[in-house]
Amino acid sequence: MSQLTEIVEQALAAIEGTDDLKALDEIRVDYLGKKGKITDMMKMMGKLSPAEKPAFGQAVNQAKQAVQKHLSERVEGLKAAELQATLAAESIDVTLPGRRIDNGGLHPVTRTIERIETFFGELGFSVKEGPEIEDDFHNFDALNISEHHPARADHDTFYFNPKVMLRTQTSGVQIRTMENEKPPLRIISPGRVYRNDYDQTHTPMFHQVEGLLVAENVNFAELKGILHDFLRNFFEEDLQVRFRPSYFPFTEPSAEVDVMGKNGKWLEVLGCGMVHPNVLRSVGIDPEKYSGFAFGMGVERLSMLRYGVNDLRSFFENDLRFLKQFK
Amino acid sequence: MKFSESWLREWVNPNISRDELSHQITMAGLEVDGVDGVAGEFSGVIVGEVVECGQHPDADKLRVTKINVGQDELIDIVCGASNCRLGIKVAVAMVGAVLPGNFKIKKAKLRGEPSFGMLCSYGELGIDIESDGILELPSDAPLGTDLREYLSLDDAVIDVDLTANRADCLGMAGLAREVGVLNRQAVTEPTWEAVVPSIDDSVQVDLQAPASCARYLGRVVKSVNVKAETPLWMQEKLRRSGIRSIDPIVDITNYVLIEFGQPMHAFDLAKLEGDIQVRMGNGAEKLTLLDGNEITVPADSLVISDAKKPLALAGVFGGEFSGVGAETQDIMLECAYFAPLAILGKTRRLGLHTDSSHRFERGVDPELQHKVMDRATRLVLDICGGEAGPVCEAKSEENLPKPVEITLRRSKLDRILGHHISDDEVTEILQRLGFNVVVGEGQWEVVTATYRFDMAIEEDLIEEVARIYGYNNIPNTAPIASLSMPDHKESDISLKRVRSMLVSRGFQEAITYSFVDPKMQALVHPEQEAMILPNPISVEMSAMRLSTLTGLLSAVGYNQSRQQNRVRLFESGLRFVPDENADSGVRQQAMLGAVISGAQNDEHWSMESKTVDFFDLKGDLEAILGLTVSDEEFTFRSAAHPALHPGQCAEILRNDRVIGVIGAVHPSLEKPFGLNGKTIVFELELDALLHARLPLAQTVSKFPANRRDIAILVDEEVFAGDVVKMIRKVGQNQLVGINLFDVYQGKGVEPGQKSLAIALTLQDNTRTLEEKEIAEMVDSVVDALKTEFNALLRD
Repeated sequence: MSQLTEIVEQALAAIEGTDDLKALDEIRVDYLGKKGKITDMMKMMGKLSPAEKPAFGQAVNQAKQAVQKHLSERVEGLKAAELQATLAAESIDVTLPGRRIDNGGLHPVTRTIERIETFFGELGFSVKEGPEIEDDFHNFDALNISEHHPARADHDTFYFNPKVMLRTQTSGVQIRTMENEKPPLRIISPGRVYRNDYDQTHTPMFHQVEGLLVAENVNFAELKGILHDFLRNFFEEDLQVRFRPSYFPFTEPSAEVDVMGKNGKWLEVLGCGMVHPNVLRSVGIDPEKYSGFAFGMGVERLSMLRYGVNDLRSFFENDLRFLKQFK
Repeated sequence: MKFSESWLREWVNPNISRDELSHQITMAGLEVDGVDGVAGEFSGVIVGEVVECGQHPDADKLRVTKINVGQDELIDIVCGASNCRLGIKVAVAMVGAVLPGNFKIKKAKLRGEPSFGMLCSYGELGIDIESDGILELPSDAPLGTDLREYLSLDDAVIDVDLTANRADCLGMAGLAREVGVLNRQAVTEPTWEAVVPSIDDSVQVDLQAPASCARYLGRVVKSVNVKAETPLWMQEKLRRSGIRSIDPIVDITNYVLIEFGQPMHAFDLAKLEGDIQVRMGNGAEKLTLLDGNEITVPADSLVISDAKKPLALAGVFGGEFSGVGAETQDIMLECAYFAPLAILGKTRRLGLHTDSSHRFERGVDPELQHKVMDRATRLVLDICGGEAGPVCEAKSEENLPKPVEITLRRSKLDRILGHHISDDEVTEILQRLGFNVVVGEGQWEVVTATYRFDMAIEEDLIEEVARIYGYNNIPNTAPIASLSMPDHKESDISLKRVRSMLVSRGFQEAITYSFVDPKMQALVHPEQEAMILPNPISVEMSAMRLSTLTGLLSAVGYNQSRQQNRVRLFESGLRFVPDENADSGVRQQAMLGAVISGAQNDEHWSMESKTVDFFDLKGDLEAILGLTVSDEEFTFRSAAHPALHPGQCAEILRNDRVIGVIGAVHPSLEKPFGLNGKTIVFELELDALLHARLPLAQTVSKFPANRRDIAILVDEEVFAGDVVKMIRKVGQNQLVGINLFDVYQGKGVEPGQKSLAIALTLQDNTRTLEEKEIAEMVDSVVDALKTEFNALLRD
């Protein structure tokens, strides 16, 4: 029996004495293999008396298990350390930038138009678009701006000929819609418009969003309400808003709407009014039955106020250093 | 229109501050654009007289003066102005005075001579009058009077931006009326001694065009002194209305223009031959206008002529020949009512726009002429002397505008405003406006005033009521609308979705002008006619774009010249293609354009940095086309485009219709557009893109898929796309995947040939394919490629 104890001690010492997996396997063969030292002990059983056999057998089994256990623990420990080392060698600088595709961005004008479309879209206004080269009927006549109306001169129109021009306002889309659809109508029409004027505060092309609601009993108080809500939503603050009487040939009563700027000055942001009966008549809508309101806003002006843009012209230079600020 | 606040307050003087007044009229629809002081901030400047004026002993340009300011002692002042001379009345800044810019006047010595103050010029006092030297006051200016008081300098010029409908406010009388209405205050008109004719000289007026001129007043005034000085008070009022003093007759006509809004004209009586005619032009007459330009009077323009020749373009511009000049002794004053339609449009066509035409085309009160003629004659007699003849009037009663009768219904008023204003308030507002009102059952019968050309229909009165009531006193309410669900098509792809995809792929949206430089556009579209703006901002912005490419390439050049080398831009918008068959002669088509240039990606620690090529942008384009879930409908076909590289350019087709183009920009365009190397563009018709296929679910096969790779050799001219298309055609249903995964030229491949490696995936929905079937399928593919493309199977 002491021989067995000795063998076990030798085995355990050998296991502790190495940190090589191959050596450990050799140790396993040496002690537990078919011709291993502990296996050999088992073979000695035959020489023992039946009374000795159980105790001896048990002792050898215990020895075998002890060695086995140490061996596996050692192997697992070594394997874990090896993995650890491998992983340690694979560690990376997690602060390095990833392989991203940089986000681009929408033009601030588009961004503003999309917001406006959302606000009015949720109220059931649908988006309509129209041609930018317009005829005089849709750009002027149908909007109650007759050929010699002084308002025509105020428009700085780009004419191709007396009948064809770049549209000066998106209001023509109102007319095209009312020609084709019957009230109730709720539309907004965003788009490019053109005026022959170029300086610090004017570009010959800019964007407007026009809105129109025609139904029975639409009124001025509602026009005020909807624009009030819009401006509060657009600027996300409860700013002061005022409605100032104005004149547009296609609306009556007409108003311009100002908001109080951060500098304490009123800033004009949109024009609006009740659709003029002549406009309704020109598209075959009975003004005694229906009424409507219309409004138009300058997208660049709203974007400038919203995003702190100082120079109108920067909208059309397409300088990436400007555009990339709008992500 | 600019006007002087203190002049207005002579007419009506509400007890409100300047700011309150500005706010009040702004909120009544007369928008105040600016309020400017008529002089700078200064104090301590009084009226004095130069009572001694001698040469400075040590300085050629200085004068040593003694000034009487009405005090016991004369004041010594050294002055450098050339017009400083004995006897003139001057503005004296006393010691202690503070001039604009906080400039304090102190005792001084100028080259040894003491000076106790300063003689001021207009400029030094911040008064906008051009003059050399020190300002000279009228000889009757009282000594010692504070200059601010004497010249009423505590005044402001208020600039109102009048809308086209409010011609009635183009004069003090109308502005005062409006302010009176807003403040419930009576208006005080100026008074003058009515003119009694002292001579019998008259003019005969032949009203040949009564529809255009329903009233014409002429009056002779003889022996006027046109060299008289316009009184300072008149000069100042004119100046504060933005009008320069010219000579007393012109000044007087301008004065009544501003005072009452009634344009007048004065003729030199000596130049008139025979009766005055008010008639249409005959189309052949020449007339030299007061500005020296000669025009041919259009046949539809109204002219004032005598028996022999045209004298003036009625209501627009006087003629040079018959105008009042330095030698004029006798004059004829004209005061008329010209109808808006007689003036509208005519002036603009001739490139003329005057204070007179501005008023007549918007409407001048037809009842005003007698009063204004008398006012102007009185001023002429007072300032220039002379003898006035009787007023000679020609009129056409039936052509004179009458006050308009309008019924305002309570129901309509409430329906349009959405707010109830009480009966009494409505009545009172209408009356305050000067309208005659008869209150009826549920309505008002209103007779408007002749000066309100903008009153014609019920809505005009509704606006007036709302305006005076105050828009901001009308509540804000939420609109009530019937709910109806608009149509939404699932198969529509929104432009928003396309934009959002491009943004996710690193593109920045651009907005370029719809008009471009025709020279640059000709480089991109050399053989295409564009629409040209006859009156552009500049030549560089004169051609309507035929595509988004010109603008986008210019934007790339703009950025690359500003150290922004890597550019990815897109734009959506209309192109304008001349087309006789389209509305307005132009096809306006929504396009989507994109451009990339510079490196594929910003320099990165673990990514290769390559310059972009065709396939970078094609990948982006394919991603967009993929939104349609109909990739197989799109094909690319090698093509030629004048702006693009001949070997790197393709047409984009959807179902065999060309919808766009993609390619590398032709190297010859790089310099003119300022491009820094390789640039790739595409443009396609947006409409062709915005329709997707709805998903239709297919059974997923339970049986294994088999992949077989083939490698073939073909001529390098063979298009891979054609090869793939042929395989798809041969493979039919069981061929569920084709992937071209390698293209190779080089060692082991004959020059002029290329090797294509293609993975074929075969699968059946109902069973496992047998090896034999798979081999047959691959063979049939290879056979077809052999036949069609002379392909060789590589080992």
